Amino acid sequence: MLAFSRWKIGLVVVSVLFGVIFTLPNLLPVGVLPSWAPSQRLNLGLDLQGGSYLLYEVDTAALQKERLTNLVEDVRTRLRAASIDFSGLGLSGVGVGVRISNPAQVSQAATLLGGALGERQIGGGRDVTVQTAPDQQLAITLSAASAHAAAVDAVTRSIEIIRKRIDALGTKDPSITQQGATRIVVEAPGESDPEKLKSVIGKTAKLTFQMVDMDVSPEDVAAGRVPADDEMLPSEDGFRPAYVVKRRSVVTGEMLTSASASHDENNRPDISFAFNGQGARRFAETTSQNIGKPFAIVLDKRVISAPVINGAITGGSGQITGNFTEDSAHDLALLLRSGALPAPLNVVEQHTVGAELGADAVKAGQISILIGAGLIFAFIILSYGLFGVFAAIALVVNGLMIVGAMSLTQATLTLPGIAGLVLTLAVAVDANVLIYERMRDEVRAGRPAMSAADAGFGRALTTIIDANVTTLVAAVIMFQFGSGPVKGFAWTLFIGVITSVFTAVLITQVLIGWWFRAFRRKTLPII
Amino acid sequence: MWPLIKLLPTKTNFPFVSLARLFATLSIIAVIATVVGAFYPGLNLGIDFKGGNILELNTGARPVDLAKVRGVLNGLDLGDVQVQSFGKPNDAVVRFQTPAGANPGAVVTRVKGAISQALGQVTYSRTDEIGAEISDELKIKGVGALLAAVGLMLIYIWFRFELQFGLGAVVALFHDVTLSFGLIILLRLEFSLNLVAALLTIIGYSMNDTVVVFDRLRENRRKFKRMPLRELIDLSVNETLTRTVITGLTALLALSGLAVFGGESLRPLSIVLLFGIVIGTYSSIYVASPIILLWGVKKDDAAATPIAPQPART
Repeated sequence: MLAFSRWKIGLVVVSVLFGVIFTLPNLLPVGVLPSWAPSQRLNLGLDLQGGSYLLYEVDTAALQKERLTNLVEDVRTRLRAASIDFSGLGLSGVGVGVRISNPAQVSQAATLLGGALGERQIGGGRDVTVQTAPDQQLAITLSAASAHAAAVDAVTRSIEIIRKRIDALGTKDPSITQQGATRIVVEAPGESDPEKLKSVIGKTAKLTFQMVDMDVSPEDVAAGRVPADDEMLPSEDGFRPAYVVKRRSVVTGEMLTSASASHDENNRPDISFAFNGQGARRFAETTSQNIGKPFAIVLDKRVISAPVINGAITGGSGQITGNFTEDSAHDLALLLRSGALPAPLNVVEQHTVGAELGADAVKAGQISILIGAGLIFAFIILSYGLFGVFAAIALVVNGLMIVGAMSLTQATLTLPGIAGLVLTLAVAVDANVLIYERMRDEVRAGRPAMSAADAGFGRALTTIIDANVTTLVAAVIMFQFGSGPVKGFAWTLFIGVITSVFTAVLITQVLIGWWFRAFRRKTLPII
Repeated sequence: MWPLIKLLPTKTNFPFVSLARLFATLSIIAVIATVVGAFYPGLNLGIDFKGGNILELNTGARPVDLAKVRGVLNGLDLGDVQVQSFGKPNDAVVRFQTPAGANPGAVVTRVKGAISQALGQVTYSRTDEIGAEISDELKIKGVGALLAAVGLMLIYIWFRFELQFGLGAVVALFHDVTLSFGLIILLRLEFSLNLVAALLTIIGYSMNDTVVVFDRLRENRRKFKRMPLRELIDLSVNETLTRTVITGLTALLALSGLAVFGGESLRPLSIVLLFGIVIGTYSSIYVASPIILLWGVKKDDAAATPIAPQPART
């Protein structure tokens, strides 16, 4: 076994080269290495480089509720259009209920609604079912499959929208990924102010233009009496605390083609926007029919402003004025450009680490790795003399290989990962200890030095593998279970165990083989 | 004399097994104490497992007026709010729970607003918020991970050795994990995800150490077929003792560097790992092996001596 085999030496040379080449970018300043050399550095976790981790939950319950609310409006419009009288239209449990006033029209209404509501499904039929119930009642429900599809769609679209918004903010290297069915992870390194990030990501930014209902008297508003097809919305325009507006939107944010921060004639910040063809047409139609009446510009169910229509606006563009600052106008324009979130997003977990704290952690980590490694070197050399030096050399190569492998795979090094690294170095020595102790046993059993050394490697190997598989198992479980930092710990441990078995066995073997050849000693230096 | 190893006796004959009864008693007492401690005073759960928020803030040059911060935060109706100084006088840490039903993000924004009101310009070096839903999930996942680790270890040992060995190893694992919990309770460490990682690592290490002793035991059993199990265990533990000591000391040295210089956030992790190394080593000798003795002796009595010759391993 100790005989020099070319492939073993080759393997050692290759692994050392691998370690050096992929570790080097971490030690040298950027730009020193030629462009063809690997340039990837260790990928530091957010806890080491500073940044924000945000876990959002897409509020699918709110999404479902909104779909039902839309369904109510749909039912109202359809029945009115068909001149069918009804009462008691509203949400009932998980669906919508309505009572058709004329018993003769119940089946007509059911057929009408069944054929018109919702969306046509791929497999035939619609995602809405209409059932007749006693007392001229109709029960309208959304299918479970459509609820699921809407949720999936909402998550996918939310990710796209978040990406647009974050890109517009100029955040460096953000990562936006889906987690599970309804969660989205946003990781933004460097951003030390998570509040700004959260305010941009978390805003639904649903923009609608709705006509103000001027027929409702102030007394009714004060008493909260609002007609069925109106809604009362709080206002931020500084003139009135709330407006009663038509539920039906004239135009929505989806019809916008552009939005940007600008200034009005008094040099106050406002937002210029332009509609697409459909939006422009509808806006022109409504404004020409309602000259002299106010309409409300509504963002996330709050009225931003309610200007009076002075004349038909046919160009398909306009300005939104309101109580804006330069910043809020800029942010709102950004939100409008990126589109509205299909469902509200709730932060369910957040971790933010300032860049300074991260830098301190890196420094502390470096110091403890150096001290840990130094103590291990001193102890192992004190224990095993020359063979201890061999073990220390193997350990250095091991360290290079771990850092190299982590740089290459761009695995994330986290703060607990540093602890994993230190522990790995300690456990790596164990393989050498097992081998050397085995050699001593074999010498005691009467074997000559060379053969004892050989047997030491051979016999210790099963024990080494048995012992390290257990650590691998622990690392794999941690990886499955953990969130970011713990995953980093698991990953470091995993890479470390594999490289350490490799280096502790192979590199010391080659070194000891070389030593036997070079010095032809009859005794081992560890006896 | 150098290397140092020459100072150690090459062959030790410590009667480990004869002390097993004493140490078993001590271990059982420690385990019972931990179980009692788990109810009172109980595990100090961190926000990872109970949800809630932690803000670490820095006021620049001015010292933090803790009383003022407490004052404004108590006005927010958040229940129990802890405000403590942290390291330097211009650093403070604020901990609070998210009131039931509230959106954690919105609450943190409100708290930050109130703090700015009290202290003026403040920088936050760390913000952590964990919703109740997430912390509940983490609890389940954490327990699941620990059980899965122990279960897989049992399967591995069973597969590689024999059932009694597996049982011995798993009892040792439970022992180590329980006593590590004991330490966490005793030191009032905040139980976080990092500590679950530490426990999983301890499981790995303890197993590693047990496997080395078991490996030798298995080998010696083939070598000395007629030797009673008791003596076999003593022999195997003594034979692997140098390795146990050197590996254990190496790990302790490396981790103590981490515990001293690794900074506040790694300290609990390193302390638990340090303890785990010690307890893992102890349990291989005094928990795992005696369990085999308890089980194995019966088996040996039942089986007719002489044991049938086994095929030699290649």
